Amino acid sequence: MTKVWVYAELTGGQVARVSLELLTKARQLTGDVTAIALGTGASAQAATLGQYGAKRVLVHEDAAYEQFLSEPAADTIATLIEQEKPDLLLIGTTYNGRDIASRLNARLDCGVITDGAQLSLEGGQLKAQVPWYSATTIVDVTLSGGITRLVLVRPKSFTAEVAADAAAPQVEQIQVQISQQARRAIVVENVVQASEGPKLEEASVVISGGRGLKQAENFKLLHDLAATLGGAVGASRAVVDAGWVPYSYQVGQTGKTVKPSVYIAAGISGAIQHTVGMKGAKYIIAINTDPDAPIFKFADLGVVGDVLKVVPALNEEIKRRKA
Amino acid sequence: MNIVVCVKQVPEPTGTNRIDPKSLRIMREGVDSVLDPADEFSIEAALQIQEANPGTNVIVVSMGPERALEAIRRGLAMGASKGVLISDPNLAGSDALATAKVLAGAIKRENPDLVITATESSDAYTGMVPGGIAHHLGLPLLSYAKKLTVSGGKASIERQTETGFQRVEAQLPAVVTVTGSINTPRYPALKGIMQAKKKPVDQLTAADLGFSPEQVGEKGAKEKVLGWAPAEQRKAGRVIKDDGTAAAQVADFLAQLKVI
Repeated sequence: MTKVWVYAELTGGQVARVSLELLTKARQLTGDVTAIALGTGASAQAATLGQYGAKRVLVHEDAAYEQFLSEPAADTIATLIEQEKPDLLLIGTTYNGRDIASRLNARLDCGVITDGAQLSLEGGQLKAQVPWYSATTIVDVTLSGGITRLVLVRPKSFTAEVAADAAAPQVEQIQVQISQQARRAIVVENVVQASEGPKLEEASVVISGGRGLKQAENFKLLHDLAATLGGAVGASRAVVDAGWVPYSYQVGQTGKTVKPSVYIAAGISGAIQHTVGMKGAKYIIAINTDPDAPIFKFADLGVVGDVLKVVPALNEEIKRRKA
Repeated sequence: MNIVVCVKQVPEPTGTNRIDPKSLRIMREGVDSVLDPADEFSIEAALQIQEANPGTNVIVVSMGPERALEAIRRGLAMGASKGVLISDPNLAGSDALATAKVLAGAIKRENPDLVITATESSDAYTGMVPGGIAHHLGLPLLSYAKKLTVSGGKASIERQTETGFQRVEAQLPAVVTVTGSINTPRYPALKGIMQAKKKPVDQLTAADLGFSPEQVGEKGAKEKVLGWAPAEQRKAGRVIKDDGTAAAQVADFLAQLKVI
């Protein structure tokens, strides 16, 4: 049977949501699904991984996976792949996932599909659909040569669902040594920049701001509206790069992927970078002064106007109706 | 100190990108090309380290068609010391796997203390090349840097994460990928543009770096494009001009969606 492996990324000892999405997809592809969980708290996550479809969980509890970037995980996974030669390894498109995948790709000389969706494995041939050019074109790709195929998948490409026939997985403690060589990129400190309200990835309403807000202080207008709507605040890469809001706000290619019921783009033009992360929203409302902004080409409701006027007016209007 | 910066010439990011129906590659003919804007941050980061550490060489390396020389010249105009262009018809159609191998081969010749790249290119955005380069050079990878400091033989960064950032450090030599928030790239001055024309640019082929035609380019690519189709597009909805009633109309829409 086709062997599909999923890298179960841990953040703060918990399995990342994207890994559960990948397990759900993996069990649709094959009956032989293995999850790899590395780091402090890995063993405790095995039951959850089993619920989402892992028949077997390979575990290595070692703090080195949190203390050093990418190399310990890439080394361990490469060793396991060389031993067991799975047909497919799925990794979520996260900062750590991308780092690990890029090293595995070079080390195993296997090739990698990035941002793969609609995965299929027919007659052993892997096919994936990859969005190009801001998802205006869908390209069918495959990987030739090599034994293990590597695919990176963006969060929210699949829905995470508990398996109806889930059983406790077989848990195996891996015996590997993490080399000194792998302990070079040292994580000195983790800084969490917490934001109030619902999490950006989980909120049903997201209000994102871009350059149209003119200055950092005006993000307060979005926070006020988000508080009224019970939503979360996001941002375009341009304003995150400009330091207006923390990285955790970023929606887009190098940021978060969100799929809320309603996405309000305030002063965002709709550059490729950004739209990749929000095109899955059920409804999109865009407010921008530029009538030619690309975002109006796919917004369900577009307002040609100044966000600094429309957003506070909208907040007042909603409060009035709620009262 | 030697700092290598990897750059790429890409189709003008705001232009309409197309796929060549014959080669199934990104159409590069008849399209305006520019130095990838993401690379300007890498060059600027290198130049700032150079300014703080006299005697530092900044070498701009690119793999691409002959006209990628323009991207290198722009890097030189900003202030880099030297360019390296790996250009060879055999390299056309290379995927991220081969690109990393070839770039690493060229970078190695420069004995780098530091390699700086963007986190991903603005045309293919796989993000797989920097980690590949780090692997082939046997170096640590400090990725997604929004801040970079080099001192005492060590590189320290602030690395973007899902929930904030991490402080990460490594002894040199190392590979660092930088985001757009790391600095504000300088604009090349006229003097720099004039000087750039006289700066040395080494030209290399795949064979110079020891690669056979089978290992790189279309032939060596593991990723194969089978076909493509236009994506189903979201349709443009109603667009209104704010005449003072926009807020009420948006509220109506939200009420219709039962958000309020």
